[in-house]
Amino acid sequence: MSQAKVPAWVSVGLIPLLNILLAFLVSGLVFLAIGEDPIEAAGYLVYGAFGYDEGIGYTLYYATNLIFTGLAVSVAFKAGLFNIGGEGQAYIGGLGVGLLCLWFDSSLPLLVIAPLAIIGGALFGAAWAYIPAYLQARRGSHIVITTIMFNFIASSLMVYLMVNWLKAEGVMSPISRTFEESAWLPYMHDIFAPFGFDIGDSPLNLAFVLALLCCVFYWALVWHTRWGYQLRTVGTNPTAAQYAGIDNAKVTIWVMLISGGLAGLVGVNEIMGVNHNLLLNFTAGYGFAGIAVALMGRNHPIGIVLAAMLFGALYQGGAELSFEIPTITPEIVVVIQGLVILFSGALENMFKGKIEGLFLRKAAA
Amino acid sequence: MKGVFLASATALAMAVSSAYAADIKPAVVYDQAGKFDKSFNEGVYNGITKFTEDTGIEVRESEPKNEAQVEQNLRRLAKRGYSPIVAVGFTMMSAVQKVAQDFPDVQFTIIDAVIDLPNVQSIVFKEHEGSFLVGALAAMASKTDTVGFVGGMDIPLIRKFGCGYEQGAKFITPNATVIQNMTGSTGAAFNDPTKGSELAKSQFSKGADVVFAAAGGTGIGVYQAAKDEGKLAIGVDSNQNHIQPGTMLTSMVKRVDSAAYKVFEEANTGEWKPGLEVLGLSDGGVDWALDDNNKGLITADMKAKMDDVKAKIISGEISVHDYMSDSTCNY
Repeated sequence: MSQAKVPAWVSVGLIPLLNILLAFLVSGLVFLAIGEDPIEAAGYLVYGAFGYDEGIGYTLYYATNLIFTGLAVSVAFKAGLFNIGGEGQAYIGGLGVGLLCLWFDSSLPLLVIAPLAIIGGALFGAAWAYIPAYLQARRGSHIVITTIMFNFIASSLMVYLMVNWLKAEGVMSPISRTFEESAWLPYMHDIFAPFGFDIGDSPLNLAFVLALLCCVFYWALVWHTRWGYQLRTVGTNPTAAQYAGIDNAKVTIWVMLISGGLAGLVGVNEIMGVNHNLLLNFTAGYGFAGIAVALMGRNHPIGIVLAAMLFGALYQGGAELSFEIPTITPEIVVVIQGLVILFSGALENMFKGKIEGLFLRKAAA
Repeated sequence: MKGVFLASATALAMAVSSAYAADIKPAVVYDQAGKFDKSFNEGVYNGITKFTEDTGIEVRESEPKNEAQVEQNLRRLAKRGYSPIVAVGFTMMSAVQKVAQDFPDVQFTIIDAVIDLPNVQSIVFKEHEGSFLVGALAAMASKTDTVGFVGGMDIPLIRKFGCGYEQGAKFITPNATVIQNMTGSTGAAFNDPTKGSELAKSQFSKGADVVFAAAGGTGIGVYQAAKDEGKLAIGVDSNQNHIQPGTMLTSMVKRVDSAAYKVFEEANTGEWKPGLEVLGLSDGGVDWALDDNNKGLITADMKAKMDDVKAKIISGEISVHDYMSDSTCNY
């Protein structure tokens, strides 16, 4: 493997950075084309995402969702499975969280509800991933297709439940009643306030810590357990894995359960942490963005955290940008996000070969 | 496209220059369908454009793209001293509720939802009355006694349209068949012309010859399908008769434009009041559209009948069941 000789900082630092810069360069051309100053626009974007307490809070809040879905996609990918169903798993996970909160919010304290809801969200997400996993492992239906289809089933199920069963009385829109405060995950700004830190009023909540814990869990699971070794073996070479006595079907099902569970935790952030009621469409595409995050993060927890922060920054900075300059519509912001994905995902190999070649020659000389 | 950008750039320049002269700093938050949805949001946009033309006061616009941004933008507008802030659509209800509590001095107006707070004005429409009217007209125009309904997202508000429509059709033709379909279960159902066109075609093949689309941007596909097959379609929210002249029987107009205009005008003259405002047929809040584009389709007889039905609904002689009152369509 020639890649082994390329310094790590080149493949995980220099090349992604170059790709992102290129994406921003092209975005700059887009801004010029619509008659806006790209420097000014970039200023708003960066300031909006990192410039002040609240902006950082929002960036990290978006990143929380993206870490969950990024890890979910990534763990499945390690076993060679492409889980496109993060969106639906997150949706159903949120349903689980919401149901538990609605159930227990007036009878139990937060210290009991929070773990229950976290487990519930993960279980619901995992259960939603189980069916496509079973179909892939035992019946050979391709997981890409089934997980995509399960996204649609998830949203239809949610609409049915919200409209017919969970809608609050006398409300026009399909939202449940608001939970009692005992089922609200504390906001970060409330946690920091007693210590004299004012970090601005943002939706960032304890779920962010949960997301970081999940990264540690992922790292330990994939690289430091016998089971993680099995899963990586299946991902690298299923035939060899089978020959070595690994039950591929079993690994497939288990890894999808973990993947679905991680995606389901989005519900903890959105339902328990921010909205405090059950509502429709809270997943807002995080499941799909998680694919890009996992790809960009090179399926490594640290990379995923960084990529999630980048996308979080694009969401938040982009919202700020289109708020400050009305000619830059939200669609243009999506263009920027698309360009980042294009350059760092699809066109990843554009520079990779050349730059790696450069360093390899240097090393040889 | 360039013209639009130039226009908004000059509008922005005007906003800067008039910011100090103006008495109020109005703002609007569109819902996730975006402001140019040819329907509900665009109605508000038209009202705002007229307000700006009449008064020179620029309205700050914002188009959030997800749930978190709705609250974020409302909060930011409130913090920067914008008031009144108009929130377009029921999806913003919980966000407006939260932000309005935190900013008791800012005036909020929400369209299509009811919030009971001292600084919030709620504007809702009697969509069932307007839908009843166009349902009646559809039954009059139908030769097959079969009419169709294409809804957007399957939520109570859209069922309310469908229920009113069905009542209207059956009022004219008691044994009429009303085929009802919903486009989908996500917000995207309001912006899916392809699916709309498919649903309309399948309803035509089942014998429907007039289809009412209460589905925002999805309606565009329904109207196109009607034109392609020589059938009739009914528009919604804005007057959409101009989209396919000749095959648009009418539009169920929901005057969000005049509602939005009125909010800003009242705020400007200091007459803005919190509380519930219900707009129906009697005050022109909902109506059916008759203009140059569809007058060839409406005979004098039909027009007379429609005027009669309308008068009877206003007088209370015909009572139209509101789906939202008991979440059923038994009338």
